[in-house]
Parts: sequence; structure tokens; C-alpha cells
Amino acid sequence: MSNFFPRWSNLLPLKLLVCLTVIGCGVVGGIWYYFTPKYTRVGYQPDQPVPFSHAIHVQQLGMDCRYCHSFVEIAGHSNIPNTQTCINCHGQGKIKSDSPRLAPVQESWKTGLPIPWVRIHKLPDYAYFNHAVHVNRGVSCYSCHGAINEMSVVYEAKPLSMAWCLECHRAPENFLRPFSEVFNMNWHPKTFEQQQEMGLKFKQEWNVNPPVTCGGCHR
Amino acid sequence: MSNGTATLESTLLSPAEKQVQRPPLVLNKRTMAWISSYVSTIVESDTPRWWWISIAITSPIALLTPLLLCYLVSTGVGVWGNNSPVAWAWDITNFVFWIGIGHAGTLISAILFLTRQKWRTSINRAAEAMTLFAVVCAGLYPLFHVGRVWKAYFLAPVPNANAIWQNFRSPLLWDVFAVSTYFTVSILFWYTGLIPDLATIRDRCTTKVKKFIYGILALGWRGANRQWRHYEMAYLLLAGLSTPLVLSVHSVVSFDFATSVIPGWHATIFPPYFVAGAIFGGFAMVLTIMLPARALYPQLHDMITPSHIDKMCKVILLTGSIVGYAYLMELFMAWYGANPYERDAFWYRAFGPYWWAYASMMFCNVISPQVFWFKWCRTNVVAVFVVSMFVNAGMWFERFVIIATTLARDFLPSSWGMFHPTWVDIFTFIGTFGIFTTLFLLFVRFLPMICMFEVKAVLPEADPHYGEEH
Ligand code: HEC
Ligand code: HEC
Ligand code: HEC
Ligand code: HEC
Ligand code: HEC
Repeated sequence: MSNFFPRWSNLLPLKLLVCLTVIGCGVVGGIWYYFTPKYTRVGYQPDQPVPFSHAIHVQQLGMDCRYCHSFVEIAGHSNIPNTQTCINCHGQGKIKSDSPRLAPVQESWKTGLPIPWVRIHKLPDYAYFNHAVHVNRGVSCYSCHGAINEMSVVYEAKPLSMAWCLECHRAPENFLRPFSEVFNMNWHPKTFEQQQEMGLKFKQEWNVNPPVTCGGCHR
Repeated sequence: MSNGTATLESTLLSPAEKQVQRPPLVLNKRTMAWISSYVSTIVESDTPRWWWISIAITSPIALLTPLLLCYLVSTGVGVWGNNSPVAWAWDITNFVFWIGIGHAGTLISAILFLTRQKWRTSINRAAEAMTLFAVVCAGLYPLFHVGRVWKAYFLAPVPNANAIWQNFRSPLLWDVFAVSTYFTVSILFWYTGLIPDLATIRDRCTTKVKKFIYGILALGWRGANRQWRHYEMAYLLLAGLSTPLVLSVHSVVSFDFATSVIPGWHATIFPPYFVAGAIFGGFAMVLTIMLPARALYPQLHDMITPSHIDKMCKVILLTGSIVGYAYLMELFMAWYGANPYERDAFWYRAFGPYWWAYASMMFCNVISPQVFWFKWCRTNVVAVFVVSMFVNAGMWFERFVIIATTLARDFLPSSWGMFHPTWVDIFTFIGTFGIFTTLFLLFVRFLPMICMFEVKAVLPEADPHYGEEH
């Protein structure tokens, strides 16, 4: 029974161990990068029935979010505007009314059927979220939806994972801003120190106390 | 006791010592060569017909569990009978039942090793294998009890996108660590012990394929002096490592109950009582599977002797009595503690609609092992087998009584309820017996069932001092 296994097989376990370690680290790293919301959700940009551009309407025309997302301040849910809102400007004989890009809007206005917008930001049902609570406490749309004003087509800018919610809930001072600037996508504090100083002041004055207990969001 | 070695021993021992002679660990003056060849032949010979028949029966039964678990996952947890208020039911009952069975293996392999109980050598391999298979069956239950089994990794402290960190104050989490450590250490211990024997089998193999497979499994063991030195040290360390596990695993399992504030669970007696119960049930299961194995391979009678069975029966008697004491003490504390809820909980256990489970538990666990006070019962294989079956059933009833009857009476009378198992509950549980026996049959067929080199070491001729103490 001498030398049933050739001499090179002596090193085989070591080689296997090294390979398995490398593969193992690769798999863990891969899952960590590719299987988390930071990768799977951020950048999600579905095709919309109408190529509606926030860059034109918000940045160029200077419209306020609340003109269209009219309940964001007063309701938990931020609505998508109905066709009537668009028709205010794009109605017959007004701005670009016969542009082919606006055809679905005109169609919807005639038939009364809503435009089938594709939903982008969506939390699972077991997580409770409320827009008004955030917007009225100095949290800007910018903190959660990114630079909407520069998007010609909206995409998901933040992972919306639980870790991400908690990142702010544990230290809201990093994000709070004056009420007047909540809907202003172009307002940014000059330095991080300035933000913190201001944030801490607001947190103190307004008694901001976001929930970090499970029941706060999983009710 | 009178056989060939007696002539040598009688010259060395004083008359008093002769009277307290221990029975020999290997009967019929078997030689070292006989041990190797007999144990290896079990693995090497053609597959016996009874083996094919048994595995043809057990493997379809084993398939029930995975199939029904698929059904569970695809349909939803509602296919199990647990529901408010009995949210822990058969799944946890069966988990505790199986994990308890695993304890005999570690006790035999670790504690009896450290305390130099030589009789362990012929049963430790099979008992450890049984431990592993029992832990496999046990592990399935909490895994699927979490509901979304694909999220089970939440139990491990890995950073994740939900920023969820484990609650280290929860005994349920300790359970995860206790059971997984137990499984890992048991498997290491078992495998380390197997290596020299695997090498023996490798050296005896005739076909290339077998040589290759056993050669890999033996990890290049040559039996060199240095390897033996390392081996002994590794084995000793592993034994030291698993000794606390014998006590810790079931203590932690009992914390799942004891740290809650539910009357009937919230008791400090739980950890020792659970550990004793686990060893009790574990030894019963060792006997349940060793007795048939011994009947199928008659020569095993020389290594697994009546004295081995006798000793295991004594362990069962001792631990069974401890368990009985704990049952009575629980009742006493309920009465003496004068807490109306506690009293009510135990009254309900004994005389409520689950009285039959409580009565079965009392009979199987406390009364039936008492027959082992009689030597006749400890040496009669049929009696031993029957009692160990009773104990197996009794230990299942114990867990059922603790879990289901306690939860059935919630604090609010409006939420009292009974537990009724569904067919899925029942067949999943039956399936775990299939898994257990199938794995054990595979073990008997492909691995040396008895630790050859350790049995050889307890032969009289292996003793350099010829029985003389020093
Ligand atoms: C002229 C109307 C209008 C204005 C003004 C407007 N939006 Fe929108 N917004 C829409 C429409 C229509 C959609 C749906 C189409 C899409 O997703 O591109 C939308 C979609 C969104 C979405 C994505 C919704 C989803 O499906 O997840 C976000 C976030 C959003 N808007 C934020 C803002 C913010 C922040 C502002 C202010 C800076 C703003 N919007 C201003 C009309 C408007
Ligand atoms: C305040 C008036 C106003 C409202 C309300 C408004 N728009 Fe506009 N829209 C404009 C203006 C101004 C332009 C720029 C026209 C140009 O580029 O010359 C424009 C451009 C567009 C274009 C590009 C058309 C093209 O052919 O380039 C689309 C598509 C569009 N809007 C869709 C919408 C939709 C959908 C809504 C309703 C949610 C909406 N708009 C609401 C004023 C408005
Ligand atoms: C604290 C973070 C946060 C802030 C601040 C915030 N949003 Fe949102 N927004 C979300 C989340 C999370 C969702 C997904 C909600 C869900 O699925 O229930 C969402 C969804 C939306 C949607 C899509 C709703 C739908 O039904 O399709 C719109 C539109 C929207 N937000 C607009 C706004 C506007 C406008 C502002 C600023 C006034 C704003 N959001 C501020 C987090 C935020
Ligand atoms: C940029 C900061 C920020 C982010 C991101 C954020 N929150 Fe908040 N959240 C706050 C602040 C500030 C409050 C208000 C605390 C107060 O009113 O004292 C709050 C309050 C809440 C409340 C309490 C509402 C109530 O009725 O009391 C809930 C629920 C909540 N957030 C859910 C979420 C969820 C879910 C997410 C992630 C999708 C999220 N938040 C992301 C800052 C944030
Ligand atoms: C700030 C709000 C917030 C708080 C506080 C919070 N969660 Fe969450 N949680 C979420 C959101 C949002 C998600 C959904 C994340 C996603 O879809 O990736 C989530 C997801 C989860 C999930 C994942 C479920 C699944 O199937 O993947 C679990 C589990 C969970 N939370 C548990 C907890 C626990 C436990 C706590 C308390 C320690 C807690 N959460 C506190 C917002 C919160």
C-alpha cells in the first residue's frame, strides 16, 4: 500500500484550502456588493409612458414639487399628479400641445383613463413610511430622492434599505435643513461642519426624535 | 469470571481483589487481529439482504420530511398546526426531542473518555454517529420554524442591508450558537476518532476505487509514532472541548423556556432537569439502535457485552430518577410557591385535557425505568429494548407536555386553545425517523461501526502492566 497517491498530492490539501479561501472571499464580497439594495435598487430607471422630465419642469421652469405632488406635505403618501395637472399647461392650444411626446397625456385627458406611470420608489408593505412627517420636520426630498431636479427621467438614487433609513434616524442632524429649503433641490450647506451645527440646533429646537425602535416603522 | 487470562491474573492479584474483578470488556478472548478483521468485514463484505430491505423502507420515509418541508415553504406556515396561543408546538417539541437524543453521544465520547471509563470504547463510535444524525434532524426544525427559511442567515451576526443585529440577550440566539457549536465539535470529534480506523480499512481494501475513497478519508494516516502523539493530544483536547457542551447545549435549550415569564416554564430547575433528561433519552436511543445492530451482527456480542448494556441501563435508571425527581419537585414548587398561576398551570398539566400526555410521560420516564433496579431486567435484551422504547416515547411526551400544554393556557381565558397536529406535522416528524435510520444504516454499511483501535487497547494483552495498578 505504498504510495497509492502520487507525491504531488501531498500539497493538494493546501492548494485546495487556498483556492477555497479565495473563492469564499470572492463569493462573500460578490454577495456583499451585488446582492444589496445599494446595487440592486440604486439606478432603477424604468421607461415611463411619457418622457416627463423633472429637469425641464423643476430646474428650468422652477416649479415647486407641491404643484404636482400636492399632498406630500399633508399626507403620508406623496401622490403622482393626475392628468388635469399637466393639462393646465399642456392643454389644447397651450404649450407643445401637439407634441408627439405628449400624445399619451392628451389621450388620457380625452378618455379619462390615468396615465400608467411606472412606480419607482416602493417600500415593502411591512415597513411604514410617511412623507408629511419627514417633510414637515426639515427633511428635504433631496435627502431621499437625490437630485430630482437634474433627472430627465426619474431613477432611484438611494437604496431605501433599512440600514439607510436608520443612518438618518440615528443622526438626523446630518440632514436637517431650514423649512424654507426643504423643496429647494439646489440648496446645499457649504461644509459638513456647518450642516452639523445647524442640524444639531434644529434637532434641539424642534425636538426631532426619529424612531429607531422596531415598532416605529414595522407597525 | 473465569477465563484464560485468569491464570495470569490470579498470580498477581490478592484474593480480595479477585472478588471485585471487573467483567472483561471483550469476551471470548478475542485477539487484536480478530477485532480488526471482524469490524472491517462488516464494511467490506457484500451488502446483506436485510440492509437493502431496511433502506428500501427507511429512505422513502426519510423523503417525507424534505417533501413536506417544500410543501410548507411553498404553501405557508399554516399547514402546520401551530397557531395562537400554541405558537410553539410540534416543531419545537421535535427539536428538543432530537437534540436531547444527541447528548448520549457526547457524554459517552467526552465525559467517559476523560473519566477513563474504558467500556465506552466499543459503543462510542456508533453513539457519536447517532448524535450527529439526531442533531441533523433537530436542526431542521428551528430552521423551518423561523418561517422564512431563506432569511435564516439573519440569525448569524453578519452585517446586512437591514442593519439588523442579533439580540444577544435572547436565549433563542444562544440556542443557535449552542447547537451549531455542538454539531461542529461533535463532527470533528467523531471524524478525528475515525481516522486511524479509516486507514485500517484503506489498507485492507482490494479495489482501486475503495482505496481511493478511504485513502482520502483517512487523510494520509500512516500510524507513525508522531501521528499517534498528535492524535492523542487532539483527541484529548476535543474531549475537553466537548465536555462542557454536554452540559451547556441542553441548558441553553432549557433557557428558551426558563427565561420566559410563562408559568410552568419560568423555573430554575430547568437546566439540570433538561440535561439529565437529555442523557436519559440519549442512552435510551443508543440502546434502541445498538440492540438491533448487535442482533444483526452476532459477533458484536463479544464487544458490546451484557456488561455494556447493564451499565447503560444503570445510567438510564439514574438519570430517569433525576428526571422523576424534577417532575415531582416542579409540582412541589408549584404548590409550595403559592403562586396561583403556577399552581393552575401544573393542575392543568396533570388534570387538564392533556392529562393523557402527562400521564404517559410519568409512566414512561419515571415508572418504566425503575425495572432496572433488577439485574434480570438489565441483562434481558428484550426487556431493555422495551424500556428504552418507553423512554423514547416518554421523552417526546415530556417536551410536548412542557411546550403545548403550557401555551394552551394563555393568560387571558379568552385566548385559551388546544393544539391539534395536522397531517403535515405528523408526517414530517415520521420522516425525521426515516432520515435518522437511513443515515445510521449508511453509517453501518460504509464506516467501521466500532472503534477498532480503541477496543484493541482495552484488551488484556494491550496492558503493559498485566492488570497491575501503579
Ligand atoms: C410638473 C409636475 C411635477 C413636478 C413639479 C414635480 N414632479 Fe415629481 N413627478 C411628476 C410625475 C408626472 C412623476 C411620475 C413620472 C416619473 O416617475 O417620472 C413624478 C415622479 C416623481 C418621483 C418618483 C416617483 C416614483 O414612482 O417613485 C419623485 C421621487 C419625484 N417625482 C419627486 C419630485 C420632487 C422632489 C419634485 C420637486 C423638486 C418634483 N417631483 C416635482 C411630476 C412632477
Ligand atoms: C407650469 C406649466 C406646466 C405643467 C403643469 C406641465 N408642464 Fe410639461 N412642459 C412645460 C414647459 C414650459 C415645457 C417646455 C417646452 C419646451 O421645451 O419648449 C414642458 C415640456 C414638457 C414635455 C416635453 C415636450 C417636448 O415635446 O419636448 C413633456 C413630455 C411634458 N412637459 C410633460 C408634462 C406632463 C406629463 C405634465 C403633467 C404631470 C406636465 N408636463 C406638466 C410646462 C408645464
Ligand atoms: C425620508 C425620506 C423621503 C423624503 C424626505 C421624501 N421621500 Fe418621497 N419617498 C420616500 C420613500 C421611502 C418612498 C416610497 C414610499 C412607499 O413605497 O410607500 C417615496 C415615494 C415617493 C413618491 C412615489 C409615490 C408613489 O406612489 O409612486 C413620490 C412622488 C415622492 N416620494 C415624492 C417626494 C417628494 C416630492 C418629496 C419632497 C417634498 C419627498 N418625496 C420626500 C422617501 C422620501
Ligand atoms: C434624512 C433623514 C431621514 C431618513 C433618510 C428617513 N427618516 Fe424617517 N424620520 C426622520 C425625521 C427627522 C423624523 C421625524 C422625527 C420627529 O418627528 O421627531 C422621522 C420620522 C419617521 C417616522 C415616525 C413617524 C411618526 O408618525 O412618528 C417613521 C415611521 C419614519 N421616519 C420612517 C422612515 C423610514 C421607513 C425611512 C426609510 C425608508 C426613513 N424614515 C428615512 C428622518 C429621516
Ligand atoms: C427607520 C425605520 C425602521 C426601523 C426603526 C426598523 N426597520 Fe426594519 N425595515 C425598515 C425598512 C424600510 C425595511 C425594508 C428594507 C428593504 O426593503 O430593503 C425593513 C426591513 C426589515 C426586515 C427585513 C425583512 C425581510 O424579509 O427582508 C427585518 C427583519 C426588519 N426590518 C426588522 C427590524 C427590526 C428587528 C427592527 C428593530 C430593531 C427594525 N426592523 C426597525 C425600516 C425600519
